[in-house]
Amino acid sequence: MTTLPEYNFAYLDEQTKRMIRRAILKAIAIPGYQVPFAAREMPMPYGWGTGGVQVTASILGPDDVLKVIDQGADDTTNAVSIRAFFAKVARVATTTKTTEATIIQTRHRIPETPLSGGQIIVYQVPIPEPLRFLEPRETETRVMHGLEEYGIVQVKLYEDIARHGHIATTYAYPVKVEGRYVMDPSPIPKFDNPKMHRSPALQLFGAGREKRIYALPPFTDVVSLDFEDHPFTVQRFSARCALCDAANVYLDEVVTDDRGGRMFVCSDTDHCETRRAEGHRGAGLPQLGQDALEAAE
Amino acid sequence: MYVAVKGGEAAITNAHRLMADRRRGDRDVPALTVEQIIGQLSLSVDRVMAEGSLYDPGLAAMAVRQARGDLIEAIFLLRAYRTTLPRFGNALPLDTAAMRIERRVSATYKDIPGGQLLGPTFDYTHRLIDPAMASDEPVAEPERRPDAADEACPRVSDILDGEGLIEPDMPDDAEPADLTREATSYPVGRDLRLQALARGDEGFLLALGYSTQRGYGRTHPFVGEIRIGMVDVEVEVPELGFAIRIGEVRVTECQMVSQFKGGAGVPPRFTRGYGLVFGQSERKAMAVSLVDRALRADEFDEQRTAPAQDEEFVLEHCDNVQATGFVEHLKLPHYVDFQAELDLLRTLRREAAEGRAFNEAAE
Repeated sequence: MTTLPEYNFAYLDEQTKRMIRRAILKAIAIPGYQVPFAAREMPMPYGWGTGGVQVTASILGPDDVLKVIDQGADDTTNAVSIRAFFAKVARVATTTKTTEATIIQTRHRIPETPLSGGQIIVYQVPIPEPLRFLEPRETETRVMHGLEEYGIVQVKLYEDIARHGHIATTYAYPVKVEGRYVMDPSPIPKFDNPKMHRSPALQLFGAGREKRIYALPPFTDVVSLDFEDHPFTVQRFSARCALCDAANVYLDEVVTDDRGGRMFVCSDTDHCETRRAEGHRGAGLPQLGQDALEAAE
Repeated sequence: MYVAVKGGEAAITNAHRLMADRRRGDRDVPALTVEQIIGQLSLSVDRVMAEGSLYDPGLAAMAVRQARGDLIEAIFLLRAYRTTLPRFGNALPLDTAAMRIERRVSATYKDIPGGQLLGPTFDYTHRLIDPAMASDEPVAEPERRPDAADEACPRVSDILDGEGLIEPDMPDDAEPADLTREATSYPVGRDLRLQALARGDEGFLLALGYSTQRGYGRTHPFVGEIRIGMVDVEVEVPELGFAIRIGEVRVTECQMVSQFKGGAGVPPRFTRGYGLVFGQSERKAMAVSLVDRALRADEFDEQRTAPAQDEEFVLEHCDNVQATGFVEHLKLPHYVDFQAELDLLRTLRREAAEGRAFNEAAE
């Protein structure tokens, strides 16, 4: 019977990492351009972060400190699973603190705490092609990118306004990078789009199933598409975080009972915990018993 | 409440423990052995090897057991292991004409050199559940051919080719493409297409092949030949300068004789659809050969109108590991994006109630 060998540092073999690093370097050289790469089959399912995992595996060194979030939270099941994977195959230090991490792998959010120079954020991307839902064929969309033919995106946004009075794209909101490539920011809420603009951190995007890597080098111009008379706006919450009282952050709506009870809490768990440690108390806290509060933490 | 929406390491560990318990089932019933799976569920093992793209019955059987009989999950396990293996070279093309044949049928000729050989097939069985399957009754030893293996069994397509009635097989010395080592860029060559189909989902390809029979990209197919058996795998080692046999694999090969074409100085002749699959799987090999032929539409100036003729559509969606991963990822939390949609929907509903949406749209 076959015995399984030891896995290499961070799972991927060195040749594969080298191939991925080349793709990353090319992506950094052409911000917003989707670089095809020979994505490997990973031990987690496609659509569950195989692209992000391959990018992280290729840039990870033994001294890195890794943070993994999903929906902004460190303790969602898939984030736990990916963090455990790297703790196992690379034995790197992990953290939940945004400020302590050298590499942050994320699905669907950018941390509230602004990223700093030297940090790398790795986005998991399901569909890297911003034109895909307007044109299903890769052969077509590559030509459209080549010719900078982005009219159909503007038409789509216009049709939204004509039909609903608003641009009806709330996440994966397309951006234009350095005035050239239209790029899918991954399914982050448009609330997070402005955080990408001229971020001092290196931003890498990995799509495993679709075999694409793209990147935003530090301080890249990232502009969300809009119209002069319908400028891009982000979501605003009327509520504050029930746990840490934060305002102007992205909130998760938590259903508390079957009679319409709702409470809003920070989607970014590290941000919320840090604020509570600093002594901020949200309106939701007194109603929670001490036990429930401890469990929530 | 707040706790309930968050998962944690403890929850994952407990879930996996429960899954291991369910996999084992009643402890009073003996556990399945890998040998039992290889020996008695061999067609499951074959499918896992074929779509897992790795010929290793032992590992495939372990994967079937680990996956509780979920074959796509088992294929996924085998693929995730395969991806860690180095690719150290290309084998020489398998010589299926020299196959040690277990089954061979042709629908185009009543008799052929080497003969028709039914072999182990479900064909012509009556699909009645056999009461004997409820217990372990003795099974008679099969009849075996007296050394007929010496008799040559030329491929039916080669017989047709000898008369010039079918398009010739074009030898190609170029290194075959490998979709596991490069990102696909369309249009692709037939080598890469056949590779993708060989590891594609049996059910998906079956449905596509079926659709060509129902008029969505019709190819007028005849089963020239299906053959199943063991073939040698040979590699050329540069230091030696000649090929050496490194092992043998069981494969199913289907040569579909399809719609004839001619023109531009070429007299009309039949065209080919080809399918080659690890293990014993006629259904898959036939489906692949139908889809292969349908995908060759451009070569024969046929209009591409049907899904089975659409290379990008077929190749992008035939991989069940990709498909199952992406479909099932929908059960991952999406509450950040959902929140964004909720917010917009509430705004739109509020504005609709206030009658403002229409005015804004009219602007």
